[in-house]
Amino acid sequence: MQGRGLNIALTLYVGLVFVFIFSPIVFSLIFSFNSQRFPTIPLGGFSTEWYVKILNDPDVWQAVRNSVIVSSSTAAIATVLGFCTAYSDFRYNFRFKGPYLALILLPPTIPLIIMALAMLAWLSRLGLSGQLWSIILAHSVLTAPFAMAIIRLRLHQMDPDLEAAAWNLGGSEWQAMRHVIVPFCAPAIVSSLCLTAAVSFDEFAVAWFVSGLNKTVPIVILEIVQGNIDPQVNAIGTFVFLTSMTLVILAQLIFISRQIKSHS
Amino acid sequence: MTEPLVTFRNVEKRFDDFVAVRDMTLDIHEGEFLAIMGSSGCGKTTTLRMLAGLETPTGGEIHIAGRLMNDVKPHERDTPLVWQSLALFPFLTARENVEFGLKMRGVGKDERKRRALDWLERMQISEFAERNVATLSGGQKQRVALARSLVMEPRMLLLDEPLSALDANLVIRMQGVLTRLQKELGITFVYVTHSQSEAFAMADRVVIMSQGDIAQIGAPKDIYRAPANRFVAEFVGRNNILSGKVQAVDGDGTHILTPQGAFTAQTPQTALSTGQSVSFTVSADLVSLSTTEPDAVNKAQATLISEEFIGSVVTLFCEGVDDLEFKVQMQERALMALDLEPGAPLWLSWETQNANILGER
Repeated sequence: MQGRGLNIALTLYVGLVFVFIFSPIVFSLIFSFNSQRFPTIPLGGFSTEWYVKILNDPDVWQAVRNSVIVSSSTAAIATVLGFCTAYSDFRYNFRFKGPYLALILLPPTIPLIIMALAMLAWLSRLGLSGQLWSIILAHSVLTAPFAMAIIRLRLHQMDPDLEAAAWNLGGSEWQAMRHVIVPFCAPAIVSSLCLTAAVSFDEFAVAWFVSGLNKTVPIVILEIVQGNIDPQVNAIGTFVFLTSMTLVILAQLIFISRQIKSHS
Repeated sequence: MTEPLVTFRNVEKRFDDFVAVRDMTLDIHEGEFLAIMGSSGCGKTTTLRMLAGLETPTGGEIHIAGRLMNDVKPHERDTPLVWQSLALFPFLTARENVEFGLKMRGVGKDERKRRALDWLERMQISEFAERNVATLSGGQKQRVALARSLVMEPRMLLLDEPLSALDANLVIRMQGVLTRLQKELGITFVYVTHSQSEAFAMADRVVIMSQGDIAQIGAPKDIYRAPANRFVAEFVGRNNILSGKVQAVDGDGTHILTPQGAFTAQTPQTALSTGQSVSFTVSADLVSLSTTEPDAVNKAQATLISEEFIGSVVTLFCEGVDDLEFKVQMQERALMALDLEPGAPLWLSWETQNANILGER
């Protein structure tokens, strides 16, 4: 009886946490279809006016194009970097391996604004700021640790004999990499691509500092908000939210389903 | 005698301060079933990994088919290994696993499929060819692992405790499969195990290793009947070990005085001097037991402590003078006839030819 009461309480608690986290997003979604200009209750009629508006805004389209380029390039670069680091950790033992790993995992712990300022200072000194690929570079640094963490987790589940078995059967080191290590890590690699793309797609601070005139979606959103109260923000916010969530959920599904499969 | 397939010449393998294999000299002949046996950490797996090129010797030379192999990379060798963990590729089907080595060697798609299916058929698991290996049972995985190595048609197959994960009755079955395969193919098997029963049941020759050294090499029967030293005598088990001093050496054998009495043992090839401390062994199954004093050269008194019953064979544990433990192995129905109680006084006796003096080690 007591156990059941506790169960209900815990379920309720989890429910409340979810309500707290998701209600702003849900409200943004609701107001994005609201015909009234101001987000107040009672709601006006159902309207897709704001969606039509952003779809006809060339600035928004340019930003989406930029964001897609940045996030997909970032995902590719960060995942390759993450894979290489994770593999070096899996395969080799060397001095200062602890500090090496700590250093790699450091970027996400640095406050974004400081990271952004530092990136701007450094890239402009090198004459690399204000370009689309300045954002790509900065985002790769920022997201590579996530890629490495995901792929490292997968490599740790691998029987170390597998790679040696490939050599033993006549595979060179490259063949073993291509036919054993990469296929084994495939679910983690896909998850990493999705997750790093999602992080890059949402990232504002660093992008805003180093982008110059190349705006990504979060920057355009800020500009709309700065100008006036405009329900376009709700529409575009819903779009960004759905994109990121799709990527993250995809990453989770792929990684978890493979884990269950390899444990059964 | 033809040139051996593999020769180890004074091979040594160190890991920092730890010597895994010390000054190993060993020939492995074409077509023989060689078992390397020892407890964990004795260097047996390191020896096997050196053969596969997964470890590089830190001293000495390893030749395979006349070629110096010390620095030859694993993938440039023809030494497929059946792993203790099996190391099947979990993301491939049984057939794709078997095809793997052929694919690495650049064999065409149709050819390698045909050869893989041939081997799966031969291992009697062709119905699982397209199944993911994760869904197979232990015995089926074992057969896939064997097929994956044998499809390469090697001159020598390396096996690292391949049966250690199987249940007892499956082990016996797989032993049969392995010995039959080895006979049919006529290739060399090098089989690493900690299990005496596996090694003795299958191998033509057994190498017993201890702390990086070879303790004895020989046919299973020779090792069983005449262990070369105390380590082997204790490792092989069911041996009675008695220690004493040499009294005299004559035509009857070597006379040894021990706290348990005066005994005669076979005179070994190495010379012994009077007064020297020696130990000798008598296999538990070669000791006779009686309730009255027997008419024998070698006899000792003991009391029955306990018995251990394994099927039709019983091992009796007895205590002699100075708390020395004697083990006697006999048929269960022979024991029934004697009708013994624990604590019963007994006489143990054995033939001189069954008492072997142990070498130094």
